[in-house]
Amino acid sequence: MIRPLRLAGRAVLLLLIITSIFPVAACAGEWSGFVALESRFFLSSAAYENQGNNDLSLAFEPEFYHEWNEGRDSFTFTPYLRFDSRDSERTHLDLRELSWQRVRGDWELRIGWSKVFWGVTESQHLVDIVNQTDLVENFDGEDKLGQQMIRVAWFQPWGTLEFFSLPGFRERTFPGRDGRLRPSLAVDTEEAQYESAAEDGHIDLALRWSHVLGPVDVGVSYFKGTGREPLLRVSTTSAGPKLIPFYEQIDQFGLDLQATVGGWLWKLETIQRQGLVDDFTAITGGFEYTFTLHTGYDVGVLVEYLWDERGSDSPTPFEEDVFVGSRWALNDTQSTEILAGAIFDVESDAAFMLVEASRRLGASWKLELEWRGFSGIPPMDPAAAIRSDDHLSVKIARYF
Amino acid sequence: MNLQTPTSLLSRMILTTLVVAFTWSAAAATPEDRGLEIAVEADRRDTGFADFKAELYMILRNRHGEESQREMRNRTLEQTDDGDKSLVIFDQPADVKGTAFLTFSRKQGNDDQWLYLPALKRVKRISANNKSGPFMGSEFAYEDISSQEVEEYTYKYLRDETLDNRQSFVVERYPVDPKSGYTRQVVWIDQDEYRAWKIDYYDRKDALLKTLTFHDYQQYLGRYWRPDRMSMINHQTGKSTDLLWSDYTFGNGFGDREFDRASLARAR
Repeated sequence: MIRPLRLAGRAVLLLLIITSIFPVAACAGEWSGFVALESRFFLSSAAYENQGNNDLSLAFEPEFYHEWNEGRDSFTFTPYLRFDSRDSERTHLDLRELSWQRVRGDWELRIGWSKVFWGVTESQHLVDIVNQTDLVENFDGEDKLGQQMIRVAWFQPWGTLEFFSLPGFRERTFPGRDGRLRPSLAVDTEEAQYESAAEDGHIDLALRWSHVLGPVDVGVSYFKGTGREPLLRVSTTSAGPKLIPFYEQIDQFGLDLQATVGGWLWKLETIQRQGLVDDFTAITGGFEYTFTLHTGYDVGVLVEYLWDERGSDSPTPFEEDVFVGSRWALNDTQSTEILAGAIFDVESDAAFMLVEASRRLGASWKLELEWRGFSGIPPMDPAAAIRSDDHLSVKIARYF
Repeated sequence: MNLQTPTSLLSRMILTTLVVAFTWSAAAATPEDRGLEIAVEADRRDTGFADFKAELYMILRNRHGEESQREMRNRTLEQTDDGDKSLVIFDQPADVKGTAFLTFSRKQGNDDQWLYLPALKRVKRISANNKSGPFMGSEFAYEDISSQEVEEYTYKYLRDETLDNRQSFVVERYPVDPKSGYTRQVVWIDQDEYRAWKIDYYDRKDALLKTLTFHDYQQYLGRYWRPDRMSMINHQTGKSTDLLWSDYTFGNGFGDREFDRASLARAR
């Protein structure tokens, strides 16, 4: 509980500073957000002790937004809270956003907790490195923790240059001993170790240039600091073995490229990362082709190739894989959407499968269904621990 | 009397040439030329507004009369040498609040379009290929509400007709893009101000699909006409959509910075 308290303390401090500079409370802002009830049903019995076969949780994400100076200054506050019936690690509070942004001419300045996204591919996000993954939220890694940052962006005819100073590091969240979708041993995040003597106080830096050149959207990025992807080391204690995350210092170059030609989106992401343990390249590349049926449905076909130079030593399960998927948007009043796909390992029979469907109910409710299946994962694969964690998730959210 | 000075010969030759040229051009004023002429004139009259912003309210009705609503904001920046730039930001339904579309219309070829997904803070360049698809589940297709450029159609003038006491041109137009959902559209344009009052849309099988009517035109800056309401009826499904425009503001001083990828994330 030390870390969340420290985070909450820092957040309150920043909130006090911002509110004393800008009379936010005195101005009319707007609240929006959602509250959601989610239940996951695991279709096979648990592989490890303490794990259950279903869980229920409540998620709440309100957002306060206020702008002044005709929108050239804005303030955003987005806390996030999840209560989980089963896993105390999944029950967590995060500051997704607490930031002030100022826009002046060709410049943008943002200070506070915030989120940025870099990249173009769908099966995984190699280049996207600024925000830490909030892994307890969803196994797919799409959910991110808020990151403390000072971001300066400069807009020029030759592209956009962004500079990030990232004071303070956010640890990846992991399901606890009672949670499913975890490694065979529980991860003890309280004892995380760092290469840097400054530990989670290391100030990371990032730089990005992005531009649109006709049909091509391109981004080149550089990151120097604490790697977001920890190595999990086994530690034996009197209470038994457990995993301790180790965060190394890395230098990472990233390139993301998308060419949009007619109904085709050609995508490429590649990173080159140097760290204490490894020096490697990884690539995700492929296409998304969208066409419209006479019924008005948009149908997308996605194919991506995933490759990691580390091969079987890679902590990621995607050393050489192919993702095939299809996205259907029915374009109806209720915005019904379905995404189905699978990531197949080229060398083994291992496959990650997913089906996601969502539909608005009435004006402000949304129903989301998600199924994830794992098949043919060899016992020595990094993902072996989750091979009996096939599950169905049902989520109903009320937006306001 | 029969003596002709060189000058009078010259003037005769000029006169003859003029007469020939005039008859020639009258012969060339085919229905296609007249249709194009009307479209060019309508476009000319709406040129020079520079920028505007407006709020949009959409009411979708199914055949049982059940309604659902959408709220959006639109910003448009006029471009002289190419299609306009526009930004659409969603406010309702609540689950898509903050979602935004940035579109660079092109006079030729596909538009450029970016989508902003606020939950992921992700700007995604998307294919503008789905122009015939419904916009937010409504009876408006993307191509119905996107910036209308003269070059996107070929034209044919059909007749003059009185529509709701307004002397109108009836012009048929044919989408150039083979991905359009229509074979043709029939447009009623009033002869006084060159405003569209009604459009009949014919599907790919050339059957009447939808009718759009324009209501309560208001004049802005003493020149530019904008309707307060656009009503689309789908004859084949019985569904309809009303698009209500309000709070039109011209002369916002928008520049390209208000219409770049970063502006999508800022647009709230």
